[in-house]
Amino acid sequence: MSRIGVFVCHCGENIGATVDCAQVAQMSSSIPGVVHSVDYKYMCSDPGQTLIKEAVKEKKLTGVVVAACSPRMHEPTFRRACAEAGLNSFLCEMANIREHCSWVHEKGDQTTQKAADLVRVLVEKVKRNRPLRPIQVPVTKTALVLGGGIAGIQASLDIANAGQKVILVEKDPSIGGHMAQLSETFPTLDCSQCILTPRMVEVAQHPNITLLSYSELESLDGFIGNFKARIRKKARKVDEKLCTGCAVCTQKCPQKKIPSKFNAGLGMRTAIFVPFPQAVPNKPVIDIENCRYFKTGKCAVCQKLCPAKAVRFEQEDEILEIDVGAVVCATGFDVVNTDFFPEYGYGKYPDVINGLQYERLASASGPTLGEIRRPSDGKIPETVVFLACAGSRDRAKGIDYCSKICCMYTAKHAMLYRHKVHSGKAYVFYMDIRAGGKMYDEFVRRAIEEDGAIYVRGRVSRIYERDGKLIVKGADTLLGGEPIEIKADMVVLATAAVASPAAEELAQKLHISYDSYKFFSEAHPKLRPVETNTAGIFLAGACQAPKDIPESVAQASGAASKVCGLFSQDQLSREPLIAAVNRTAPPQYSSCTGCFLCESVCPYRAIERETITTRGGKPIRTIARVNPGLCQGCGTCVAVCRVKAIDLDGFSNSQLYAEVRALA
Amino acid sequence: MKVGYFPGCSLVGSAREFNESLQAVSRLIKLDLVEIPDWNCCGASSGHAADHLLSLALPARILALAEKTGLRDLLVPCSACYNRLITTVYELQANPRLKSEVRELIELDLKLDVRVRNVLEVLKEAMEADGSSRIAKPFAHRVACYYGCLLVRPPKVVQFDRPEDPTSMDELMQAIGAEPLDWAFKVECCGAGMTLARTELVAKLCARILDDAVARGAETLITACPMCHANLDMRRGDIEKAAGRTFTIPVMYVTQAIGLALGLGPKELGLHRHMVDCGPLLAAATQSSTVNLQS
Repeated sequence: MSRIGVFVCHCGENIGATVDCAQVAQMSSSIPGVVHSVDYKYMCSDPGQTLIKEAVKEKKLTGVVVAACSPRMHEPTFRRACAEAGLNSFLCEMANIREHCSWVHEKGDQTTQKAADLVRVLVEKVKRNRPLRPIQVPVTKTALVLGGGIAGIQASLDIANAGQKVILVEKDPSIGGHMAQLSETFPTLDCSQCILTPRMVEVAQHPNITLLSYSELESLDGFIGNFKARIRKKARKVDEKLCTGCAVCTQKCPQKKIPSKFNAGLGMRTAIFVPFPQAVPNKPVIDIENCRYFKTGKCAVCQKLCPAKAVRFEQEDEILEIDVGAVVCATGFDVVNTDFFPEYGYGKYPDVINGLQYERLASASGPTLGEIRRPSDGKIPETVVFLACAGSRDRAKGIDYCSKICCMYTAKHAMLYRHKVHSGKAYVFYMDIRAGGKMYDEFVRRAIEEDGAIYVRGRVSRIYERDGKLIVKGADTLLGGEPIEIKADMVVLATAAVASPAAEELAQKLHISYDSYKFFSEAHPKLRPVETNTAGIFLAGACQAPKDIPESVAQASGAASKVCGLFSQDQLSREPLIAAVNRTAPPQYSSCTGCFLCESVCPYRAIERETITTRGGKPIRTIARVNPGLCQGCGTCVAVCRVKAIDLDGFSNSQLYAEVRALA
Repeated sequence: MKVGYFPGCSLVGSAREFNESLQAVSRLIKLDLVEIPDWNCCGASSGHAADHLLSLALPARILALAEKTGLRDLLVPCSACYNRLITTVYELQANPRLKSEVRELIELDLKLDVRVRNVLEVLKEAMEADGSSRIAKPFAHRVACYYGCLLVRPPKVVQFDRPEDPTSMDELMQAIGAEPLDWAFKVECCGAGMTLARTELVAKLCARILDDAVARGAETLITACPMCHANLDMRRGDIEKAAGRTFTIPVMYVTQAIGLALGLGPKELGLHRHMVDCGPLLAAATQSSTVNLQS
């Protein structure tokens, strides 16, 4: 026989001013099974909790209903109080008579009646609660970081410095990401490589970090604390252990005219190559698409000349299987495909370039060694036009969102150009200047006021070539909307930042959600910005949304601290509100028929197949089994199960029916 | 290929050579044009400035009459008519209340199930089906394809080609042996209906278009719009005054160029009706083909 205690809270005036709490307690006392019913001004206060604890002991309660605020607010408080009094914490439930009643209704008898109804419903549920124990799962204390840009580097270093193991996977031959391509960084104009490369070296040398460059994630299975990652280590065709990075091979390779991805297509590289001189690891890779040996079977110059005998044409991809406890996804962004705006002539005119290409031109390690020379003829441009919002905030042809980084880097571009070409003219076309951030607006003002960048508020309708000049047609919407034309020598498009092309596929591999722009979704836009909806997988950097360096680094440190928090425990404790497939005595074993509808609807891939065997090991039948580590207790499988073989602990079918019937 | 045909006022007036050449070409490439009976003016450039409901009712009546013919496609060669008709379909499909209001006004059933199609789309299909093999005399000229504003804009309404860099006319010209040029003013405005009220503005805009085409070595401009043609051809005197220079480059309809390639004569195609003489261009063509014959 149930012995339920009901505790009605006034929450000061929050509930008390609208609901007659004493009457709710009075009405509740007559519900069958209720042996104790009281009201109190602040149930969550120390005396309030003491009231509950004493009643549990004195009245030998088998269940508790606290009628107060939302369980999101104080369920842990009251469950802890019950546990301290010796009652299983899952036998304590809350009736929400604040958000669901007093806050949304006028004072009156009906409101009091509704509060009493809510209590009655929960009493019926609690009668059917059974004691549950938190689930314990072990933790593999190794983190997998995907992406070796600044976010991945920061996350790896933070986790490694906290004493945990890290496996950093980068798809390119070197870590560094987009930041390695940048010239100077806003708002301080410190050289990007100078602040980045020491960190890259630190990653390579850190005893806790295993760097897998030129590698990609094949698949990820398992659950928080217990993931299994399969990683494809792409064949470099070079033995990394033997190679000393002497660069004889890259100097002697006869295939020298391959557009360099690192230089955004503005420079050339060889078929055996290191993306840039400061690469980590500083070990070359053979690009077999362009290698003469792989195309014709002849050449092998690199192999003949290598003093360490490290070239391995026969090397194959390798698949590594690694156990990890947490994943940090830091796979970065890309710039938009410029076919969005053929009117700007990108791809048609060599001197119309994008922001990333300009970074390479301005970089001391770039194809022009930091001199601003236009790609077509290598001349120093006398007039450069910068276009902000090339594709961003453009519902008709581009993307709806603001790419966030362009206002700042465009100001930097104009500034760098003026620093390097004193006689040059820099025009910037913009919609609005969005320079929110520490020292950001000051930076833009400096570009305009001290460095003389000419800011024109308006859009550009067309760019075309005439007599060796790029004619930029636009409008100045601040001065009466006059159309203006600028004869430029070079145009730089601040093309929109978009998700990387492989983002969607990766999200599906990781089983994390992503938005309509293919950026990965955080678990809560404000309060859980580094977690994903999949437990144990975290986000860092621009794979979540366009971000600048400081933001990426901050988020990476946030993700790292989440990983370290997770790794601070030997076992994970999870709420036991999960689904389970029933088991009965032979010869049935379970009412599950093995249709596996549940498997197809489970958003967390928590349904496994279990084969029941005889003692001799002969298979009898295959039924569903819920993996308690993966199940998030959403209940979708319960809803689709045709034979009611699955039920959800804490929210069982019988509990929910009882709640509904209590209202009838 | 059988399609409904709405010529519109221009094609029976100032742009009758567009009609003549379209009809002549259609006969050769087995494009059967069924003229909509009792059609009316679409309202063109003034209707939508005067009254919104009127600007929808006028094209709606044409659409209703087209539906009665039972043909799925309606060819509308004039860009202005095309734009008004397709805008009407777009607006009325999105707004059922407005649609019933218009239906009451025109006193005709209106289902909006006719596909409004421009001359480039239809010609491309017909040429691919039955025209390319009939090319008798390749139109071997450097041409600047001029689309104007109304064929491709607004993009979400017309949903035709790439709005800022269309290629369908260039492809048609390539198919008849011409060399379409890459130039800057494919979709720039010619001034359109401002031709009467602000002639000097139209002259200035047209001068820029001609200037760029000539500078890139075009021998002729190709257009598919009666309004553009009128401005670039008929306003040549004003254009030259605005530019302070002369322009001898002719402006031809897409159908005239195709007609020449199919072996039709200049008269059948109405080339004699233009203000700017196409004679020198055709003579040059004859000469070069004679040279070819001799060599």
